[in-house]
Amino acid sequence: MVRLLVALLLIGPVAAGLVGVVLPAFGYFPSIGRTTFGFDAFRELFMWPGFVPSVRLSVTTGLGATVLAVIGASLISAALVGTTSWQRLRVMLGPFLALPHATAAFGLAFIIAPSGLIVRLLAVLFGWDRPPDLVIINDPLGHAMILGLAMKEIPFLLLMIIAALPQSDFDRRLQVSGALGYGRIAGWFLTVWPAIYGQIRLPVYLVLAYSISVVDVAIILGPTTPPPLAVAITRLMNDPDLAMRSKAAAGALVQLGLVMAAFSIWWAVERMCRAFRNGIINGGGRLPSAEVTKPFGKATAYAITAMLIMGIVIAALWSVAGFWGFPDLLPNSFTLRSWARRDALIDAGMETVLIAGAAVVAALLIALSLTYTDRKLPTWLLYAPLIVPQVTFLPGLQTLMLFAGLEAGFFPVLIVHLIFVLPYVLLTFQGASDAWDRRFAVIGAALGRSRVSIFVRLQLPMLIGPLLGALAIGFAVSVGQYLPTLLIGGGRVETLTTEAVALASGGDRRLIGVYAVAQTIAALLPFVIAALLPAIVWRNRKGMTHG
Amino acid sequence: MAERTLMLDDVRISLGGTELLAVDLTVNAGEVVTIMGPSGSGKSTLLAWLTGNLPSAFAASGRALLGGTDISNLPPEQRRMGILFQDDLLFPHMSVGQNLSFGLRGPDRKSRIADALASVGLEGFEGRDPATLSGGQRSRVALMRMLLSEPKALLLDEPFAKLDAELRGQVRDLVFKHAKNQGLPVLMVTHDVADAEAAGGRVITLRS
Repeated sequence: MVRLLVALLLIGPVAAGLVGVVLPAFGYFPSIGRTTFGFDAFRELFMWPGFVPSVRLSVTTGLGATVLAVIGASLISAALVGTTSWQRLRVMLGPFLALPHATAAFGLAFIIAPSGLIVRLLAVLFGWDRPPDLVIINDPLGHAMILGLAMKEIPFLLLMIIAALPQSDFDRRLQVSGALGYGRIAGWFLTVWPAIYGQIRLPVYLVLAYSISVVDVAIILGPTTPPPLAVAITRLMNDPDLAMRSKAAAGALVQLGLVMAAFSIWWAVERMCRAFRNGIINGGGRLPSAEVTKPFGKATAYAITAMLIMGIVIAALWSVAGFWGFPDLLPNSFTLRSWARRDALIDAGMETVLIAGAAVVAALLIALSLTYTDRKLPTWLLYAPLIVPQVTFLPGLQTLMLFAGLEAGFFPVLIVHLIFVLPYVLLTFQGASDAWDRRFAVIGAALGRSRVSIFVRLQLPMLIGPLLGALAIGFAVSVGQYLPTLLIGGGRVETLTTEAVALASGGDRRLIGVYAVAQTIAALLPFVIAALLPAIVWRNRKGMTHG
Repeated sequence: MAERTLMLDDVRISLGGTELLAVDLTVNAGEVVTIMGPSGSGKSTLLAWLTGNLPSAFAASGRALLGGTDISNLPPEQRRMGILFQDDLLFPHMSVGQNLSFGLRGPDRKSRIADALASVGLEGFEGRDPATLSGGQRSRVALMRMLLSEPKALLLDEPFAKLDAELRGQVRDLVFKHAKNQGLPVLMVTHDVADAEAAGGRVITLRS
């Protein structure tokens, strides 16, 4: 029963959204009096001079970010798994994952922009007194965007690798390959990585689908004229002229096609890598030169950590900066004036917390009832709403709401947030929930305790750490949502993320700093609570501290 | 006599149409009956059925009578069927005292918990974190937790398999002694011949 409802919740809006793009894309759009089917919308879309470049950009940035993220995550894990650096990195991964994409993108901009941290360091070194005249952010080839996406997806992939490690038998495989004369890196890629990659394949495809269709990061870091296709679709959807919606719908279907095309390219790349690896194995070469990537893997880990943290630090500095001249590394004066424009900030903050809180409560109830009834959802179902691009089905959902005369606003936004929050909560929690030793329940019943008592007094307290962790991730996922809030909220629901992304084109670094800090707090505070609370409650219980 | 016996009346358990085991057996008060057999012979499945936790893929027929009452269709928590596993399964979020209190039935809770701990040489351990106890101490707490819930029979699922050789004998003797004192019928599943010999009762061997 619960499972059926959840399945409907996860699949229903996606399916409805797909119907809602197919109809207008092929000409049926009664709201503006079109009821005959045809290919006009596609023709209009293809006639747009920016169409081919924007499609090309979507594919190159999406594939580029995914390639970079997979290479980065594999090099980092090859170099670090089992070392103390790995333990330190592990602690950071949760917060890195929780950080909204938009926040990380702004942080990166603060670092690599012509007047950003890196150039200032160089300027101090070489005595420059003005920023170089370079286009680094929003560069026409999308390099900044690729970097921003990869930087944010590597922590996600590393978390997936951590989950896959126990089944990979990595330490013994490394010992055996070492005994056979393979270095650590060669041994990793030839004997351990295949087992890990098999398990993180779905997340990798998720990264690919996401990167190729992303809107907020593209608005902040990506090319503007033309932008990647997903941004162009979003602009059309926000056009006051309703006729643009059918063109947007056609674009949304092209976007779905792009994702599928990218999937087949990736599939072919996987085949080639496998053939390459088999060639090496059959040749028996020990690849001693592979070891040179070791410092590179380590450096990547440090670089990502530094960029994500420094990005927030600089955002925080800008939010309290008075005058901050080039090339000074710190503001010349500090002021709280940027924080004083409070009303919009407080409204957006309240809305953010309200939506995320409600979505997390709903996700909690669903997670609890699944746990109580000892049922779980198939993984493919949880991944389904994450794989179909938001920018494909959300416009359709918006159009259907228009057809049905449904009001945009808080409640629809909440439902759509839940579609993305729930998979992350359940994917995170189900692992711990599965691992709970069912014999505790047998003992509880043998002691004469009812199912409810076992659930409340044994199962829940023992799973409270993972449960809170999963809810914190769910909260952060909601805080970070841009497109669902924008499209389904009909412009009436303004969260920290929609406000922050709207600031991107204005270039008010102080205000961007304020919103980036507010986003970080909203996304990370629940995380800190989820980490600290069990540690405090169970401070006298050693058996509970490992989670 | 019926008051204190565990009777398995023509019990048959099958999986996908294939019969796993068939048992017809009466365990008397204070008696330890050992069931032996290779892994996969359905020993633990029989215990899962007796505690009311048989996975739905299995099918079972026959009755289990505990003190003359048919418990086969009772919910697990009403069966009064105690069980110990090879892991102590102490609840890690509760103190030793809370673990005992969770199972204890009836009044005089504090003094009975204190007495139970004292009877196994763990005076004053109420406030201890189970994770700080030694393996032998944990087994003793697990035994007392089960006994304080006043079961009418005790099932042992390879209960000593994870203890090292020296400890195994001590804990085994302790479990049998307490079960005998309380006049419990005991059904033990094991593949360790030494366990069966120490039990000193009938041994039933299942084929695979």
